[in-house]
Amino acid sequence: MSALPTLLRRDLALLIGGRRGGVVMPLLFFLSVAMLYPFGVGPDAPLLARTGGGVIWVAALLAAILPLDRLVAPDLEQGFFDQWALRGIAEEMVIAVRMLAHWLTFGPTLMLAALPAAALLGIEGATLRTVELGLLAGTPGLAAIGVMIAALTASLRGGAALAGLLLIPLAVPLLVFGAGSLATGGESGLALCAAISLALVAVTPFAGGAAIRAAREG
Amino acid sequence: MQPCRLAASDLACRRGDRVLFRGLSFALAGGEALHIAGANGIGKSSLLRILAGLLRPWAGSVTRAGEVGLIDEHPALDPHLPLGQSLNFWQRIDGPTDNEAVLLGLGELLDVPVRYLSTGQRKRAALARLVGQAAPLWLLDEPLNGLDTAAIATVERLIAAHCAAGGIALIASHQPLAVPGLARIELGQFAA
Repeated sequence: MSALPTLLRRDLALLIGGRRGGVVMPLLFFLSVAMLYPFGVGPDAPLLARTGGGVIWVAALLAAILPLDRLVAPDLEQGFFDQWALRGIAEEMVIAVRMLAHWLTFGPTLMLAALPAAALLGIEGATLRTVELGLLAGTPGLAAIGVMIAALTASLRGGAALAGLLLIPLAVPLLVFGAGSLATGGESGLALCAAISLALVAVTPFAGGAAIRAAREG
Repeated sequence: MQPCRLAASDLACRRGDRVLFRGLSFALAGGEALHIAGANGIGKSSLLRILAGLLRPWAGSVTRAGEVGLIDEHPALDPHLPLGQSLNFWQRIDGPTDNEAVLLGLGELLDVPVRYLSTGQRKRAALARLVGQAAPLWLLDEPLNGLDTAAIATVERLIAAHCAAGGIALIASHQPLAVPGLARIELGQFAA
């Protein structure tokens, strides 16, 4: 188990510092969507405030897709998973660590970026609190779906395009309850969103591990 | 070195629709080395992956005792990181060892990103990773590819020392190898 911190440190270094963009790209992407939306629908403040929460959610979903193609595929190609398997490090553990690292690189930053985005859209007070709590409940689920899809499509040609397409329907329940909690104003939406997140986080290491092993046999 | 054993019994391998080889059996005990020879595409790499437990055999079984160290065409080193950092990652997982990188003549390359290394230098880096792993079972797939004569001599010395210390080495290569006591199997004889 001593490999765990080493794996997490490498994952974070690769996702934050290394290949293409790191933390900054999803952040800029997220903010620019929030900034462009008022230009699209016009300066109707009540409309912006009413729909802005949903826009933040969609922007968060799209920002979570950005690093999908480098989450699992490079390590599979370069033989890392083979070497880990020989050392008795289970694919499930690698995927679980990868999921944590992926969330750490976009979850907290998006929650921070939601503050200026909310200001741009005129969201305040209780609604902003619901958006932030919703993101806290939903982003782990988004991270889980992202890693699961990345593992499933890692060995496919053109996997990156397919990954984005596959992720969106899987993210629908999170969006329905996460963004839906804004409309109903209840805590139950948040609770259901968190429950779906938990289920996804629990399933992903096993689905991802099985996908990696299947890719090896292929 | 921990006691080790590697045996294959009646092994067959199928890739796609083709059966590459069948009826392959051998047994290796500590200190023995085996050279798997054969033309391209005969199934040497698949055999090594089967022996390592990364691929299921089509028929037959593999018995293995001891940790496996594998060298194949993938060095498993992060391309954009300096070589020293890439090797450090594996060192933190495998536990600290002596400076095997220097042993393989990589001392001056530790600051160079892996993607700028030549084929031979990458192969030597993978060998440094293998030596650091200290696994008793070595499975080497074309370990001499891209190496110059000096590096080939170093690899032959490393294999000899590994076997002298009680380890097992199984080398798949189309090139000749000078290692004392090296047994040889022509995989072509088992082609289906």
